Amino acid sequence: MNIQSLDPRITRLGIDAEEKNPDQTLQREEHWETYQVFHQKKRGEKHSSVGVVHAPNAEMALLFAKEQYARRGETVNLWIVNTRDVLAMNYDDYDVFSTTPEKMYRDPAGYKVNDKIAAYKKAQLDV
Amino acid sequence: MYGGGYIHDDQKKKPEMQAEDPVLLAEFEARIARGEKIEPRDWMPADYRRQLIRMIEQHAHSEIIGALPEGTWITRAPGFRRKLALMAKVQDEVGHAQLLYSAAETLGKSREDMINDLINGKSKYSNVFNYPAKTWADVAVIGFLIDAAAIVNQVANSKGSYGPYCRALERICYEESFHLKQGHSVFVYLATGTPTQRAMVQDALNRWWQPIMHFFGPSDKMSQHTETLMRWKVKMASNDDMRQQFLSMYVPKIWEIGLTLPDPNLKKNPETNQWEFTEPDWNEFYEVIKGNGPCNAERLAVRRASEERGAWVRAALKRADQHYVTPLA
Repeated sequence: MNIQSLDPRITRLGIDAEEKNPDQTLQREEHWETYQVFHQKKRGEKHSSVGVVHAPNAEMALLFAKEQYARRGETVNLWIVNTRDVLAMNYDDYDVFSTTPEKMYRDPAGYKVNDKIAAYKKAQLDV
Repeated sequence: MYGGGYIHDDQKKKPEMQAEDPVLLAEFEARIARGEKIEPRDWMPADYRRQLIRMIEQHAHSEIIGALPEGTWITRAPGFRRKLALMAKVQDEVGHAQLLYSAAETLGKSREDMINDLINGKSKYSNVFNYPAKTWADVAVIGFLIDAAAIVNQVANSKGSYGPYCRALERICYEESFHLKQGHSVFVYLATGTPTQRAMVQDALNRWWQPIMHFFGPSDKMSQHTETLMRWKVKMASNDDMRQQFLSMYVPKIWEIGLTLPDPNLKKNPETNQWEFTEPDWNEFYEVIKGNGPCNAERLAVRRASEERGAWVRAALKRADQHYVTPLA
């Protein structure tokens, strides 16, 4: 007895309501590889990481990325990168950056001379 | 936008909370307390990982199964614009499932394993999708009220502690706002239409009210376990609080167009500021979870058949040198 659904599309599939195949399992990698998706909204803006797709190859990853991340709103371009090609740091290693905010000599705010100029001007007036 | 507040966790099969390294646990909890997010390769307690996988996976399954009751009316939507909107919404839901599966994958469970657990009945999804969409008005009630209830839950969860889930939810909530609007539009058009249309939407409302009251799950007592999940920002609000918030936001929108709800005791107590209602039938709720709802068998049979019939396509596209890597975020 096939499933008689309220949805005519499902009725047309002719699925046997009794049939149960307990052995049916998806195998590892049956859903292929993963790709990271980068989305550019407008010309001139940067591409931003937006998420992931599963795909059998790069061309199809791009197609799936269009369906998944560019369904609405503005898009001018997409990139995809195979996840295995991304070399990422480990969060445990973040301490290599811990002194970076202290490097004020790399920052415009690290250079303050107004006090010196004001003192110089004042000294000139006093002469 | 389908994730219910209720996450089924079989108490009998639940492992004991594992003892964790106290130093790492303290660092982890301090990070969450500071409002920082946890990212995929961070250290995390085993129970945090287990609960998140369960929650995100059930949410993903709900999105994908939810597309079935709503898709029921695509072929017979009244007019081209309604049909376009419904197709767009259903496509969004399937897209949401993929975003959520990816977020769960970052925790170490493969998409194949999640789908296996769904089609073999091991993992659950939101109970509401085990009820039939009998008329076009059901599409209105699902799109308006089920999506609204899900938004209440998802907005709360998007402020949780796990980075990939929060990022997926932000995108999902943005798209859900369109679903809610289009559902409300269909709902209002029917309610303000001919007497037949109005009767149709009232009938759908009457049938869906109990599943909607079930949506957030039974009242959750503040157990030690719930307290831990809330401290870890896995669970962001109690089932009761979310249900109260939903009632406050949406019951007035139903009453304002003169429709009624099938609960004579439903009212907001002005003294406590809390909604009072007749407890829905929780036995039915647990029966549906066990697989005995009106549509459980059909939903899973359809899902199983589509995996089975798509297997040759997936196999044909597979490359010999492919190599799965857990997505980064």
